[in-house]
Amino acid sequence: MMVCWVLNESVSVMVVLSWLAANFYLFIDTFCWYEQEESFFYTRVILGSTLAWARASAVCLNFNCMLILLPVSRNLISFVKGTSTCCRGPWRRQLDKNLKFHKLVAYGVLIHATIHTVAHLFNLERYHLSHVEGTEGLPAALSKLGSMPNESYLNPIRTFHVTVTTESLTTIAGVTGLVISLALILIVTSSTELIRQASYELFWYTHHIFIIFFIGLAIHGTGQIIRGQTPESLSVHNVTFCKDHYAEWQESSLCPVPQFSGKEPSAWKWVLGPVVLYALERIIRLWRFQQEVVVTKVISHPSSVLELRMKKRDFRMAPGQYILIQCPSISPLEWHPFTLTSAPQEDFFSVHIRAAGDWTRALLKAFGAEGQTLKDPCSLPRIAVDGPFGSSLTDVSHYPVSVCIAAGIGVTPFASLLKSMWFKCCESQSLPELNKVYLYWICRDARAFEWFADLLLSLETQMSERGKAHLLSYHIFLTGWNENQAIHIALHWDENTDVITGLKHKTFFGRPNWKDEFKQIAYNHPSSSIGVFCCGPKALSKTLQKMCRVYSSADPRGVRFYYNRENF
Amino acid sequence: MGQIEWAMWANEQALASGLILITGGIVATAGRFVQWYFGAYSIAAGVFICLLEYPRGKRRKGSTMERCGQKYMTAVVKLFGPLTRNYYIRAVLHLLLSVPAGFLLATILGTVCLVIASAIYLLAAIRGEQWTPIEQKPKERPQVGGTIKQPPTNPPPRPPAEVRKKPSEGEEAGAAAGGPQINPIPVTDEVV
Repeated sequence: MMVCWVLNESVSVMVVLSWLAANFYLFIDTFCWYEQEESFFYTRVILGSTLAWARASAVCLNFNCMLILLPVSRNLISFVKGTSTCCRGPWRRQLDKNLKFHKLVAYGVLIHATIHTVAHLFNLERYHLSHVEGTEGLPAALSKLGSMPNESYLNPIRTFHVTVTTESLTTIAGVTGLVISLALILIVTSSTELIRQASYELFWYTHHIFIIFFIGLAIHGTGQIIRGQTPESLSVHNVTFCKDHYAEWQESSLCPVPQFSGKEPSAWKWVLGPVVLYALERIIRLWRFQQEVVVTKVISHPSSVLELRMKKRDFRMAPGQYILIQCPSISPLEWHPFTLTSAPQEDFFSVHIRAAGDWTRALLKAFGAEGQTLKDPCSLPRIAVDGPFGSSLTDVSHYPVSVCIAAGIGVTPFASLLKSMWFKCCESQSLPELNKVYLYWICRDARAFEWFADLLLSLETQMSERGKAHLLSYHIFLTGWNENQAIHIALHWDENTDVITGLKHKTFFGRPNWKDEFKQIAYNHPSSSIGVFCCGPKALSKTLQKMCRVYSSADPRGVRFYYNRENF
Repeated sequence: MGQIEWAMWANEQALASGLILITGGIVATAGRFVQWYFGAYSIAAGVFICLLEYPRGKRRKGSTMERCGQKYMTAVVKLFGPLTRNYYIRAVLHLLLSVPAGFLLATILGTVCLVIASAIYLLAAIRGEQWTPIEQKPKERPQVGGTIKQPPTNPPPRPPAEVRKKPSEGEEAGAAAGGPQINPIPVTDEVV
């Protein structure tokens, strides 16, 4: 297996550079072709370079529209992740950045669409102007072609006495062009971060305008109004000679009238594959939706946290994965992601859902979490589950040492991991590669995650019973407290167990000093690969990335920190 | 879609329309297209719309992310009072502004986008939303020594705050109850 001595960021950089290189190559190659191709000589006489600009950006648009559906086909990505064995570390992390790539390609589509539209605006204007009374010369002669019965036209605009607006809006290309540009703008304005955070539903529903976008894109070129000389005509009509003898085209046999034909539409060839794949993806989601999910237990935890334990046929998971849940009675189109908090060894799978928005609050209400009355099992709403989808946490057990850092609700992925470790401990198997796990949990209010503290307590007792207490080292940081709590803590400082959590490890107060922590870890494990996993806010993520860079030693045999991030 | 304030989306859409109008206008004017004066109008309308829509309004619930440097435009937009606060007026304004740009192909996309923005503003207005400027909170200068009224009059060890008599209005906070502290163990000064 190839050993990938690469820095964490360089794989992303490589992907972006390859994408840019492909765009540039396609653009420049197509541009040069249209500038030099003989069959488009006469078209260039009227239009100039803007023909090449329009066609080059069109090819890049085809390329980007082909790519844009792939990063959001999550089942496809899961499949690729599952089967790929090459260079596991960096490439598996790369697939988690699919959303970023989707946005990058979207920006590419925007830029090329702008270039394409502007170039065609110039093209239409030039086609129109070549009919102005008083124009002499080759452009005028070319524009007149097509009026006679056995001539094919070059200029799609036939007279001067029309407006460019009406002319274009009566062609397929013009109408579809306007429609797909509009679709693109609406998708972009409803996808800004502000709107996504304020109302995910608006973003999600409006994004489905992409269906109109792709249909419009496929039929955009069917009018075939970009015309070049036919090969048969080229063989009998020598352009270099005949361009100066346009007055004699009708009579002379040396230069018969040139014939033109439109270019076949090619957009559908580019996008057909990804559209089919994405359609399959949606069908898979629908099929998963149809599969029966049985809710075996509903537990209501303090601070508006609901635990749902479910069973589904053929459901297999790994620690750290997440599922998408849909509740048709609340909203028929929304799928929301939740990390699995159960271990693969358990015979059910569970998620912990906190009431944080419209949908989650409605879910808690539907499952009777808010009232005191117990709900009849038959009256519980139906749930559909898609997944599980891999995320970088499944890599935790591949590193000899792992550092897991969670902020608040971000501790849920690690819950699954720790439970899995607990089961493995119970079965007295030694975990193959994993030597040590450090868990840092930073939260403002420990009460919201009492369920997790219980888990840690049982883990603590289990591990010390088996003599494996050294395997897990966890540090809890409480960043919010009031004065009464502070007094209580100070009074009970000397006791054996921690006063807040009841655990042997004491709770720290305030935020961790990452420099000290990383220094200590690097000192304890001098020549290991250490995976750092973070599930928390961006600021924390940035700090940790920096720490990983700073404390990785320059010596290839020394300690190296590899950073992974969750994104939701 | 309970949380959505439609004005947020209308604002994004109108800003995008403004930019498209400016771009289309520049293309038409620079290329000296037929009826290019519509293009010139488009640039002016686009600039006006961008300036009007740049400052984000305050959300009814929760905090609003300001756009970079928007406080200058907020001050200007605030001056017009109800004209800019009311979304019905904005909807009509955008509809009227979009009409002349519809005559030119280069700017017709801007027209359609602006009409859609106008429709969303109408929806926002019907739902009773309005534009409220995001005010800068005046920076409270930390009053140095504001909480220190009087240094304590009794030497340490001092009893905790709860034991000290609560000062009634007008009294000095440092006045101890019942006079100076009486030490249970005699304290001697060991300096020779």
